Amino acid sequence: GKAVCCPRVRVLLVLLLRRSFKKFRAGITTQICASLLCRHAPPARYGGRHTVTLIPGDGIGPELAKHVCELFRFCCVPVDFEVVNVDSTKTSEDDINNAIMAIRRNGVALKGNIETNHNLPPSHKSRNSLLRTTLDLYASVMHSQSLPGVRTHHRNIDIITIRENTEGEYSSLEHESVPGVVECLKIITRTKSLRIADYAFRTAREKGRRRVTAIHKANIMSLGDGLFLECCKEVASGYPEITFNSMIVDNTTMQLVSRPQQFDVMVMPNLYGNVVSNVCAGLVGGPGLVPGANYGENYAVFETGTRNTGKSIANRNTANPTAMLLASCLLLDHLKLHGYASMIRKAILSTITDSQLHTADLGGKGSTSEMVQSIMDAIQSSGPRTQRH
Amino acid sequence: MNADVCVQRTRHPSRSSMALILFRAFLTCPDACVFQMVQDPTQFDVLVMPNLYGDILSDLCAGLIGGLGVTPSGNIGANGVAIFESVHGTAPDIAGMDLANPTALLLSAVMMLRHMGLHDHADKIQTACFDTIRDKKVRLKSLLGGLQYFCSFKSKFQTMKAACL
Repeated sequence: GKAVCCPRVRVLLVLLLRRSFKKFRAGITTQICASLLCRHAPPARYGGRHTVTLIPGDGIGPELAKHVCELFRFCCVPVDFEVVNVDSTKTSEDDINNAIMAIRRNGVALKGNIETNHNLPPSHKSRNSLLRTTLDLYASVMHSQSLPGVRTHHRNIDIITIRENTEGEYSSLEHESVPGVVECLKIITRTKSLRIADYAFRTAREKGRRRVTAIHKANIMSLGDGLFLECCKEVASGYPEITFNSMIVDNTTMQLVSRPQQFDVMVMPNLYGNVVSNVCAGLVGGPGLVPGANYGENYAVFETGTRNTGKSIANRNTANPTAMLLASCLLLDHLKLHGYASMIRKAILSTITDSQLHTADLGGKGSTSEMVQSIMDAIQSSGPRTQRH
Repeated sequence: MNADVCVQRTRHPSRSSMALILFRAFLTCPDACVFQMVQDPTQFDVLVMPNLYGDILSDLCAGLIGGLGVTPSGNIGANGVAIFESVHGTAPDIAGMDLANPTALLLSAVMMLRHMGLHDHADKIQTACFDTIRDKKVRLKSLLGGLQYFCSFKSKFQTMKAACL
């Protein structure tokens, strides 16, 4: 006590505290810069073959996963799948922890949606959400594009939606302070908002896109969405070649259904991303067509864009395999196996032009297996399957 | 999805018999709802939801039917207190020029008449409004981005007035 009272000791303490604070702040800044610069860590690769975690999930997931394995085998893709099943009926988190560990080991995964059991207590967290937040898969990217052969009301749609994946309304922070009154916390942080905005602008630049639109509701949530918008504007100033504008989420959904061609790249917080990306999927033909990707600094997980289990059509051989197969092409691109990705993607797009093969979601009577067989036939007729990479 | 079926009896003043309304509750997430809405909105009838989802979905539905210029709305409170309004913007660029589309506010007034129990008047004005919209010659500039034909609000009003009589 007497030592602290001494003025010299007090000056020394203040100097020490200032130095450690500066180091701490520098450490945080370095961390942020490093995380912004380093997007994809190299995935596991042994003997020229990649090991990828495969989580079949629920509903139509297992049958689609089987078709992906079949197609990869047919195309001689140098990928080995490590299958990890997650039982959504169990309350224990062992399964999902095993899956997370496998993804940490392999760096990359292909995933079906895991059903969230609403009959379990509120403390039971969504397995999908747990996976995304634990692995810090902060960017959910979905590319909604009009496909040839798929009849939709609007044509020439080409929208990339980039959704912040780890905070916002999905922070799972709810409490009932008074019986019958529930409070749910929406978390928006400067760090994560800057991160996702920078991801959006870098993606736009890499893909030669001209416009980034930030979606928000800052007129009502002026602090939360206001912070998000402010971060987007800050990042936009570093990309002068890209036009930046913002739009309120309700107006966005209205504009999407009337004039979707005005949108290019869209960046938004978690909940709006969920809604807007599903609208975009609906505009180009439905959830069966659009793949999705979740990117973090060190891991990447690929799945269908709209994250549906398709429980009502499970095991009937009627599910549209397009979304999952296109997600597997995104996976191949991530592994730098571009030759295989292009070959499979080309075959999928040529198959989808044949309306005889369309599955029920596209208004046809085709089956999943017929469609996959047709894709394999298209690949066979296109030339040698083994690609140089 | 959970489906609960419940039957509610109600009395419509304009009908002599008791009407049977089938109520089925679909528990669905807004994301699943929106892509179904975009692909086939006819499968939906009445939707009830919390505030934010309602804000988003109501504008989405407005976009599906032609925009905010033709969408009526009402805010209903306890004890029958209600405010009916159009939800489009103030459009200062066309204020005072006889170009504004009156449909949204007119149909909101129709909602108000129904709320007050004046169903016959409401039916008459609504029918006239729909018939006038169907007539391409008097279609006004849409608030969404413009249609090919537009003329003055006055002439549209006169057409509707004639249809009411």
